[in-house]
Amino acid sequence: MNAFARVRLQHARRRLTLSACAATLLSALVAAPSPALAQGWEPTRTVEFIVPAGTGGGADQMARFIQGVIQKNNLMKQPLVVVNKGGGAGAEGFLDIKNSKGDPHKIVITLSNLFTTPLATGVPFDWTDLTPVSMMALDQFVLWVNAKSPYKTAKEYIEAVRAAGGKMRMGGTGSRQEDQIITVSITRATGARFTYIPFKGGGEVATQLVGGHVDSTVNNPIEAVAQWRAGALRPLCVFDDERMPYKARVTDTMAWSDIPTCREAGVPTDYVMLRGIFMAGGVTPAQRDFYVNLMRRIRETPEWRRFMEEGAFNTTALSGEPFVEWLKRAKEEHRALMKEAGFLK
Amino acid sequence: MDELQSLWQGFAVALTAQNVLLMFLGITLGVLIGVLPGLGGANGIAILLPLTFTMSPTSAIIMLSCIYWGALFGGAITSILFNIPGEPWSVATTFDGHPMAQQGRAGEALTAAFTGSFVGALVAVVMITFLAPLVAEFALKFGPPEYFAVYLLAFCSFVGMGKGSPWKTIAAMMLGFAMAAVGMDTVTGQLRLTFGSTELMRGFDFLVAVIGLFGIGEILLTMEEGLEFKGRSARINARVVLETWAQLPKFWATSLRACLIGCWMGVTPGGATPASFMSYGVAKNISKNGHNFGKGEMEGVVAPETAAHAAGTSALLPMLALGIPGSPTAAVLLGGLLIWGLQPGPLLFVEQKEFVWGLIASMYLGNIVGLIVVLTTVPLFAAILRVPFSIIAPIIIVVCAIGAFTVHNAMLDVWLMMLFGVAGYVFKKLDYPMAPMVLALVLGDRAEDSFRQAMLMSQGSLSILWSNWLVGSITAGALLLLFWPLITALRARRAGGA
Repeated sequence: MNAFARVRLQHARRRLTLSACAATLLSALVAAPSPALAQGWEPTRTVEFIVPAGTGGGADQMARFIQGVIQKNNLMKQPLVVVNKGGGAGAEGFLDIKNSKGDPHKIVITLSNLFTTPLATGVPFDWTDLTPVSMMALDQFVLWVNAKSPYKTAKEYIEAVRAAGGKMRMGGTGSRQEDQIITVSITRATGARFTYIPFKGGGEVATQLVGGHVDSTVNNPIEAVAQWRAGALRPLCVFDDERMPYKARVTDTMAWSDIPTCREAGVPTDYVMLRGIFMAGGVTPAQRDFYVNLMRRIRETPEWRRFMEEGAFNTTALSGEPFVEWLKRAKEEHRALMKEAGFLK
Repeated sequence: MDELQSLWQGFAVALTAQNVLLMFLGITLGVLIGVLPGLGGANGIAILLPLTFTMSPTSAIIMLSCIYWGALFGGAITSILFNIPGEPWSVATTFDGHPMAQQGRAGEALTAAFTGSFVGALVAVVMITFLAPLVAEFALKFGPPEYFAVYLLAFCSFVGMGKGSPWKTIAAMMLGFAMAAVGMDTVTGQLRLTFGSTELMRGFDFLVAVIGLFGIGEILLTMEEGLEFKGRSARINARVVLETWAQLPKFWATSLRACLIGCWMGVTPGGATPASFMSYGVAKNISKNGHNFGKGEMEGVVAPETAAHAAGTSALLPMLALGIPGSPTAAVLLGGLLIWGLQPGPLLFVEQKEFVWGLIASMYLGNIVGLIVVLTTVPLFAAILRVPFSIIAPIIIVVCAIGAFTVHNAMLDVWLMMLFGVAGYVFKKLDYPMAPMVLALVLGDRAEDSFRQAMLMSQGSLSILWSNWLVGSITAGALLLLFWPLITALRARRAGGA
């Protein structure tokens, strides 16, 4: 027997013992109280995790974080690779998964562009083309100003914006997307007009505010927290219907929970952004359940909880029917908001 | 001298056996990533990021940043040997590097490129060590008008020196601008020039264009000229390294300028690619060998490589000091910081001293390790040219195709690469310059975005480009460079007439 054959044989033997092990494990699982898991579907090859945005943004960070948690805790046997398809404000990624009907080895993380991109550009896709898996969290938006500016409350700031008559600059990510929708909503609620300046990514927007090139932003907490801690930015209010729950001090004097809601600060506007996981359309319930379970286990890890706190996320997580109901409502809200703002194509 | 003490402790952190091993591993992986066109530093690090989740943050960043250094070094190799830029910032290296290789001086070109890279990186690291807070402050001064002025400067430093017909330069540049406009427009949120095609939504990727124009175009030319590499007689012994080193000191002025341009572009997130173009352009204008640039001048290799490496290194500074990524690669590293449980931002220097200074120390060590690794392999790489063309050409085309595919995992990009290859061949035959087109393609939409953002800010008034000393002096400098040939011509005529 040559060396090569011997190695092959050893391999075969090892695989045999491995499968024997797996068989014992399997029978143990079947005997265990949750037989559904043992009978369930599992990925048979590498799973592609599509990010309908560029590298480095909020969705990309979360996707890579999820990839890290899965790997660190061995939550999946097959590897998961993150693929960025951000062309056309995410249309590229969504069309890819729409066209992969029935493929259980592709999942996608969404942001608000799931609703805004088809409405603003007319690219033909809709959330109903996809299979909802779960909502992982809702991302908050906070009204930020430079710490050197004199405005201590949202009310003061909005008064100043109104007085400036459209000269004050609001920096935001992209055009006809969530940041601009919020800006228009503020104008509709208070009559204060802004000059909206679109940038490519949230990090860039926060930097422009620190450098004083724009007067305010509606950055997500995770995009601006570092600058807040360093004393360069000041949060005025959060665009949610209740305050954030995180009571641990972020700066010397404030915690996330100390930021008032915009409604209580006199700016009656709210907006939260979906961070959810979807699959292609036409997959089986067993395939969907695998990912629902996987995502639930990710949310149970301590790493995830820390990530949620650092980014001050709203940890509402939904799957199944309640998630579908939420999606239906969110789409109608986006349509209404964008229609009012004149952003519909 | 707080910095020196911190740095010393940083060396202690970085110099454990495990970390040094990771350095060598990272550099080697990085060189491979740099050599494979398309698989850029950002992609490479994104792919390898999961490997580091179980390491300590300091070891992880040491390995990943070494991959980054390796990729910066490696990009030069294929540019010089085959005229295929492995990375966008090595495009300018092909201008003189490849002619050198064709003259049988591949070893010299590689040595010059690697040494230039090393010098650039070293200067940038010294700057990071001692000036970090100051420089970070400066980066914040850049708003849309300042960005636009910087891009304008990059364009002008290049236009003003075209050696062929200026009309051909402008035609090539306009073609680049047109291609840069394809895809999503940031300012209006609308799709442009996609003609309803999903594939066109992501626009033309710069890397795909470059791989095609330079790599495939070059292979087509070689085929026409008789299926043989020029420069087969390349000397491939180790002495060539020492002999090249002896020649390098006389380019000190060019190196210094390149370092300055590089550090500046890296900190103000212009990035390594425009830095390399700008440095090449400026060197060509100022150097007394300028008229020889493009024909295989060693100075034309040193200038872009030094600047690219200085920029690539200093791009990490805004990331560390402010939490702003200066380059796509830095953006991916930033994501890594979060996974390792560190929060990037202004407080990183205060709260994670060991991490930050370990990283800075590893920048010194990583670049030394990098230089050793690549220099010892110079003869090896130069020897590739001895492989018969009929064997290596198909391999190059396959590697190029894989590279183009990896950029976006799209088959269309492979076809586009072929198309760009034919375009590159036609450009060469008709004597149209390719560099202006490439520059316009890579910076076109960024320049357009920042111009329109600036116009939104000023309600449409151009005076914003002179609204403070910073933007005003950059804009003035750009115009000066644009009209430089005209000015010298006028002066020459006056001198001639007198």
